[in-house]
Amino acid sequence: MVTEAQMTPELLAKFGPLRAYQSGERLDTSVDPDRIVKTHCCFCGQQCGIQLKVKGNSVIGFEPWTDFPFNKGMLCPKGIRRYLQNSHHDRLTAAHFRDPTRPDGFRAVPYTNAIARVASEIQRIQSTYGNDAFGVLGGASMTTEKCYLLGKFARVCLKTRYIDYNGRLCMVSAGVGNKKAFGIDRAGNPTSDIPLADVIWIGGANVAECAPITTSYIWEARENGARIINVDPRITPLARTCDLVLPIKPGRDAALYAGILHLMIENDWLDHDFIENHTVGFDVVAASVKDWNPRKTAEVTGIAEKAIRQAAEWWGTAKTSYLMHARGMEQHSHGVINVLSAINIVLASGRIGRPGCGYSTITGQGNGQGGREHGQKADQLPGARDIENPEHRKHIAAIWDIREEELPHAGVDCYELLRKVETGEIRGLLCWSFNPFVSLPDSDFVRRMLEKLEFFVCIDFFLSETCRFADVILPGSQHEEDEGTVCSTEGRVIKINKAVDPPGDAKPDWRILQDIAQALGREHGFTFENPRAIFEELRRASAGGIADYSGITYEKIESRYGVFWPCPATDRDGKPIDHPGTPRLFEPGSWNPVAKGAGPFYFPDGKAHFNVASYAPPTEDVDADYPVILTTGRTVNMFLSGNQTRRIGPLVDQYPDPLLELHPVLAQKHGIVDKDWVTVESRRGALTVQCQVVTTIRPDVVFVPYHWGGAKSVNRVTISAQDPISKIPEYKVCAVRICKAEEPEYTKRLESQQ
Amino acid sequence: MTVEMEFFVDPHRCIGCHACEHACAECETHKGNSMIHIEYVERSTSVQTVPVVCMHCDSPTCADVCPADAIKRSADGRVMTARKPRCIACSNCVLACPFGVPKMMTELELMMKCDMCFDRTSTGRKPMCATVCPSGALYFDTREEVELRRKRSRSSNEFRFGDQIVTTKVNMMVPRERTESHLDVTAAMHERPTSGLISLNILSNEPVAVESPS
Repeated sequence: MVTEAQMTPELLAKFGPLRAYQSGERLDTSVDPDRIVKTHCCFCGQQCGIQLKVKGNSVIGFEPWTDFPFNKGMLCPKGIRRYLQNSHHDRLTAAHFRDPTRPDGFRAVPYTNAIARVASEIQRIQSTYGNDAFGVLGGASMTTEKCYLLGKFARVCLKTRYIDYNGRLCMVSAGVGNKKAFGIDRAGNPTSDIPLADVIWIGGANVAECAPITTSYIWEARENGARIINVDPRITPLARTCDLVLPIKPGRDAALYAGILHLMIENDWLDHDFIENHTVGFDVVAASVKDWNPRKTAEVTGIAEKAIRQAAEWWGTAKTSYLMHARGMEQHSHGVINVLSAINIVLASGRIGRPGCGYSTITGQGNGQGGREHGQKADQLPGARDIENPEHRKHIAAIWDIREEELPHAGVDCYELLRKVETGEIRGLLCWSFNPFVSLPDSDFVRRMLEKLEFFVCIDFFLSETCRFADVILPGSQHEEDEGTVCSTEGRVIKINKAVDPPGDAKPDWRILQDIAQALGREHGFTFENPRAIFEELRRASAGGIADYSGITYEKIESRYGVFWPCPATDRDGKPIDHPGTPRLFEPGSWNPVAKGAGPFYFPDGKAHFNVASYAPPTEDVDADYPVILTTGRTVNMFLSGNQTRRIGPLVDQYPDPLLELHPVLAQKHGIVDKDWVTVESRRGALTVQCQVVTTIRPDVVFVPYHWGGAKSVNRVTISAQDPISKIPEYKVCAVRICKAEEPEYTKRLESQQ
Repeated sequence: MTVEMEFFVDPHRCIGCHACEHACAECETHKGNSMIHIEYVERSTSVQTVPVVCMHCDSPTCADVCPADAIKRSADGRVMTARKPRCIACSNCVLACPFGVPKMMTELELMMKCDMCFDRTSTGRKPMCATVCPSGALYFDTREEVELRRKRSRSSNEFRFGDQIVTTKVNMMVPRERTESHLDVTAAMHERPTSGLISLNILSNEPVAVESPS
């Protein structure tokens, strides 16, 4: 049975998290790099271009890459300091077995022994309980080549249906919403359309802290005269100078968009020509928002009626516009409904598919886009194909050289996958570049599920909080230690270039998967020599699919600063072409393989779909026992579960510990003053952190960022309610109570990042 | 002949991400130390932040008060870090600078400050902070380009601190409709950062029910 290695001084000394700072060659002003490698940041979905300075086998610094068109040299703190994750004290450079007798919890073992044990445990579990008893959890920080291979590995080598990935926490509500409305899951526009818009609507996106470079595009629009509308329960740094802030009560987004559409209809701020010729379903949606008058909308959303009217007027009368949203309205048990409600106001305006007329979701993870397009998502096959579509299955089975019947069917989302551990259906798990013990909600449940496993193997390059449960740890590769492609938030496929070799026994992750396949005696289809060879197969696998990469080559990416998919290798008659890529979707007159010329949207009739998006309150609303709403999010210095950024000293120092933000009105009710320790408690768990009393948050909401583990993890408190379609967890709203607390004992024992 | 590029600061755009400080601390000539900093105006009521770089005064107060004559201006008007052989680490400059820029590096016994990336600009690159800044709050370009791209603001380089008038090489962006030619810093210090947006008083006509735990 799996047990968690306790955070002993010995474990901390060996695996950290410890903070790396500039030292040695990284601090010495007389040291010149051997070479400069053009690549991208390893963190968020913007995938900024960056140049890494390399000396020997170590990344020693960075230099802005001003030619890369998306960020033109701009970087946020994470990008600037990203190089400090390389040659890090905590780096896993050997395979390890869990050894509860050792004070540091783990014993280094030869890599081949570790592979042999993993293979034998997979065989034991699968022969005893069936192939589906072994599950796979993937990560969207990895290159598309690796994500593609993981999907193939699970289905072809392990023959299990149970694979899913951490993009489930991030992009799925937007993905489902986009597919339902447009038939394609990709940002509609490149970011270069933002500055051309008259009105920019930002729905639940802390752009300045989570996608900092996009700020420059929004400010450029403002200089051109655009009005900026920001929907958020907090005054985020971007909201501070926006033209209109709609401080929404968390979980009420669909009500707001219904109210906006109501006013658009009432005032005839509609593009009748577009609605008539390029959409279906408007009348039903129009009827569904009939009751959402401004008064009712204001009552439900907690936003002043006059602000709602103002927003509707600006949106309704704009000539050009851009609507973007992110996790703020997506991480809800009604996440898909929220997305569809926002898309409805875009479609009603007719402002899409033209310069300055756009719509997009902002991708959270580095390869959040590419990581789901090609096969580690439970219901998806390469090319954004549907795993239950017979034609799609046949195409992929042929590429993978298996019979269609051998290809497993759709599995379940990553949280449901853990629930299958509870029922005994899943007995063993491979977790790769994913830290569910910190990043999934209700972490007490996650702990119990991990402990129930018969065998747990992790592939990672640092010992995450989740890795501490692993029977076997296999040392994977960092972003700068391998090459491959990723797809940015814009839909731009870009090239990650290798700067250094993995240290010690650490290996490129695709090689680890192939080594396991070989040890299992199932190496057919897992004998790639390099990422390029995987990409070549991926191109063929994606050909003809919606996410068509067949016309993309590494050379084309490098020469054009990335290529936007779809980028087919052949024209509609099958003749080879040099396709330039597709920066903007849905352009009038554009052709796609689903509509085949019938219209610009990815449905057989070429029309976009309005969808009824009926408001319902969050799964757990406030009551007398738990009267305050908890919402969670990011800080600019940290990334996801913090497994990388909590090891980078200057980033930790910027915002070392999670702070609970609350309004002075709420603070006063509980006798709390700034910097007090506060316990926030839900039906699932409690957390004690210091507070920050600020007027920049709704008085009925508290906010805690989620990048910390253990006693500082806010996911001890959050709810595991999920959207019924996308299965995204409801991180953005649950009911809690708060009280003043004493300084917790962990502060004397652990440093901020631990 | 190349057109001269100038430095522009626009606090209106600042998002407080601290990228400028991190990048400055990665610069070749002073690795490990940032020569610039971000200030929160009043976090309890606003997320407003202000990036502070050396303004490179035409008549630098730091140099005026230096008893060792260690602080020099370059031919193109940059105020440089104190000269090592001369600096006596007295901190007069640190105390006197009206913008709060010079830093005393105690272990080096030397005042160091932002020199607008002399090393980078002399090789045709832009200053590090203005290259990485994700919001364009720190910006380095030609005046023509700024006027083209920043239509809602204009630049000012005259600051008043009580009776003291300071003109600077670095420009501050101010709202275009503003009529005063100068910025009265002393008066601004007594202002509170208020606006309808910051205080969330948009809620005031919709009272929010907040219950205490029973």
